[in-house]
Amino acid sequence: MLQAKINQLLTEPACGHNHHHGDKKNRSCSQQAKPGSAQGGCAFDGASITLVPITDCAHLVHGPIACAGNSWGGRGSLSSGSNLFQTGFTTDLSEQDIIMGGEKRLYQSIKYIAQNYQPAGIFVYCTCVPALTGEDVEAVCKTAREKLNLPVIPVMAPGFVGSKNLGNRLAGEALLDYVIGTGEPPTLGKFVINLIGEYNIAGEMWNVLSLFERLGIQVLAKMTGDARYQEITYAHHAHLNLVICSKALLNVARKMQERYGIPFIECSFYGISDMNQCLRQIAQHFQDPELTAKVEALIAEETQKLDQALAPYRAQLAGKKIVLYTGGVKSWSVISAAQDLGIKVVATSTKKSTAEDKARIKELLGTDGITIEGGGAKELLEVIRRTKADMLIAGGRNQYTALKARIPFLDINQERHKGYAGYEGMITLAQELTNALYSPIWAQIRQPAPWEVDDE
Amino acid sequence: MMNKVMVTSKPVAVKPLKLSQPLGAALAFLGIKGAIPLFHGSQGCTAFAKVMLVRHYREAIPLATTALSEVSTILGGEDNIKQSLKVLIEQSHPKLIGLCSTALSEARGEDVAGILRTCELPIPVVYANTPDFYGSLSDGYSRAVEAIVKTIPQEGALHTRQVTLLIGSDLTPGEVADLKQLVRDFHLLPIAIPDLSTSMDGHLADSYQGVSTGGVTLEELQVSGRSAFVLAIGESMRQAGKIWQERFQVPYKLFPTVTGLEASDCLIQCLMEWSGCGVPAQYPWQRRQLLDAMLDTHFYLGGKRIALALEPDLLYGISQFLVSMGAMIQVAVSPTRSPQLEKLPCEQVIIGDLHDLETHAQGADLLITNSRGAGIAKTLGIPLLRLGFPIFDRLGNGLRSYVGYRGTTQLLFDLGNLLIEAETH
Ligand code: SF4
Repeated sequence: MLQAKINQLLTEPACGHNHHHGDKKNRSCSQQAKPGSAQGGCAFDGASITLVPITDCAHLVHGPIACAGNSWGGRGSLSSGSNLFQTGFTTDLSEQDIIMGGEKRLYQSIKYIAQNYQPAGIFVYCTCVPALTGEDVEAVCKTAREKLNLPVIPVMAPGFVGSKNLGNRLAGEALLDYVIGTGEPPTLGKFVINLIGEYNIAGEMWNVLSLFERLGIQVLAKMTGDARYQEITYAHHAHLNLVICSKALLNVARKMQERYGIPFIECSFYGISDMNQCLRQIAQHFQDPELTAKVEALIAEETQKLDQALAPYRAQLAGKKIVLYTGGVKSWSVISAAQDLGIKVVATSTKKSTAEDKARIKELLGTDGITIEGGGAKELLEVIRRTKADMLIAGGRNQYTALKARIPFLDINQERHKGYAGYEGMITLAQELTNALYSPIWAQIRQPAPWEVDDE
Repeated sequence: MMNKVMVTSKPVAVKPLKLSQPLGAALAFLGIKGAIPLFHGSQGCTAFAKVMLVRHYREAIPLATTALSEVSTILGGEDNIKQSLKVLIEQSHPKLIGLCSTALSEARGEDVAGILRTCELPIPVVYANTPDFYGSLSDGYSRAVEAIVKTIPQEGALHTRQVTLLIGSDLTPGEVADLKQLVRDFHLLPIAIPDLSTSMDGHLADSYQGVSTGGVTLEELQVSGRSAFVLAIGESMRQAGKIWQERFQVPYKLFPTVTGLEASDCLIQCLMEWSGCGVPAQYPWQRRQLLDAMLDTHFYLGGKRIALALEPDLLYGISQFLVSMGAMIQVAVSPTRSPQLEKLPCEQVIIGDLHDLETHAQGADLLITNSRGAGIAKTLGIPLLRLGFPIFDRLGNGLRSYVGYRGTTQLLFDLGNLLIEAETH
């Protein structure tokens, strides 16, 4: 059952990753870490990144302590309401549980959470060990659902089935199978959309929500940044799905199109030009002259405001060279944000990028742009040296690689504390980049100690 | 004093305090220069542990995975182990690899030690058996230290001024540095196992390396077997001390804690006896400073109710110290069992999670736990002293020291300042 689902996800037709593989499996999703390497997260990691931002639900990790003990509370998704999602729950299986089977403990855990926390729903993540010992997590969830009269959703994404990417999709499947289509919406406006693949890291989604509000666009369901369980149940009533700069949840968008006839477009909220384009795409979709006029007015206003606000930063950032190492999917959207500020992206990783992404990256980078295919810390530093880049933009795990090489760094990943989306986010991004690049520390730390200077 | 050690009655861990054994083992291996910890498990376990270590120390952390997939888990991970060792040795040139098992390889019942015996290896590979379904960070750490002392130190004529320090998991790099300095000040030569003081202390190295950039060297580890004295710091090092005693017939002396006046006095006394040297001048002076700090802070600490959730050794040391200052332990929570817990100076010890801390900390004056207690502190409106692992919302975890006279004085000031701030709010 799970294997069938995985195979299907690995050949997800809407995903550009698959276009050039024919009926072979998608390399980027099935990509397993190599022995002896230091690698990214597992499928469980990907699934929890996707679902944990649903704020009023309990997220129960079924497995020994490694999976939840080392990870809970680590992400930067913010909530405007309930904080239940930040409470780590795990069955914390002991040796005894594993020998006897952990199903009973799982059921008791679900019951305990239902009784003590009044969650809107419980997501149950099956991790490697119960998957290996063959526990029937889906059956336990089903029983719990019926007995407790509460949504209890099994998320079948044990780490060892694959990468974070695959985990994102398996989480999407859980939403499709158990949540979307089970509720009835409030009154619907004229232009109703869902956001898919936006997790409200550092609250950046709020920058964009306010824009939609000004335009009279109703955001029905967010998947999943700052989401309530209820809103996802009636997501199938939206008129349009926006897939935010990520291939991770394309399966959700495509299946919603199939099942409910909701079309989707892919967007990025990073950078002025991409943000503008996103709003225009929405207007174009709805074909409403009034909306179109509003969008153009908003773009004009925001662009003008931004030009003023950004002028001092642009003056300082113009011509600076950066290397991007984002793990792939976000590459092109961050490139356009950087270019809006006059920064030159001299190299970027294309590790998880699709052929389509790569083409877009090539176009944005120009002919001298270097693409980093593989990548470890050493290679990364080598590229920075070769290109004489001024700065590295990467995920948090690479932060110290750059800093240790005395290179300015900006974090663009899950754990960061600043939001860069939308027009407001551009100002934050410009500020952060300028602060990092122009910090007076660089000159000091590159200076040798007085006793290290040889006097010739 | 009698007390009750109870296990939490919930079927589920809520806001877990516990961390995985392999994470603890990795920490121990990072205290060896040129080492790489390698987790025998699926990639995610390694990634999570790495993120935790990076966030706590704000350092690049070398950590590798054997990358078990679903298929290799079922068929056996022998090839994964062999291939990982080969890749690591060829690409990162480590001096030592610390192989740690995980829940996944253990649930399958893989004979890792047996597999290692069939490999011809140019460098030592130390294997620590660390399933995630048992114990917590300190247990994994102890198992790694035990695996190290079982295999690496070599016998030889005793070196009369050399001291082996077996360092428990609750000591920060800064604390290890202070202890080493103390030993050196008595004209003794310390070898700390493991030694985080030069690897995780937060220093800027000259170039990027895929292995730990500091720590005890393999050579030092080998000659450490010739130490004339062995000091084990923390109850969790007792087993390692016993192994030492059996292997080298050198008895170990165990210090459950080195925080507080009495504990520091004992340590200095012991070093005086061993070294035959008088007390170096700075220590009596530091002791006077501590006495003064005790006078200054006892107003704030006296009668205060304190709720703690920490790994056992830390729980023991800090509780003893707090009680010696006139404070009371309202509740103590430990993620894992330990003989130490019976001896805690309080009525109730819970083996549980941060939710247990939250429910039993009502009305306390101060919380002491890791950064994950910050939300609880906020909800309950009680100040928090961050201690243990992980601490991701404070800087300087590599250098902080609460041991010896100087460290204890610092701890008093930090505690006192928090309580002053709470009072004036
Ligand atoms: S790889 Fe498996 S055991 Fe490891 S963290 Fe991921 S789900 Fe948990």
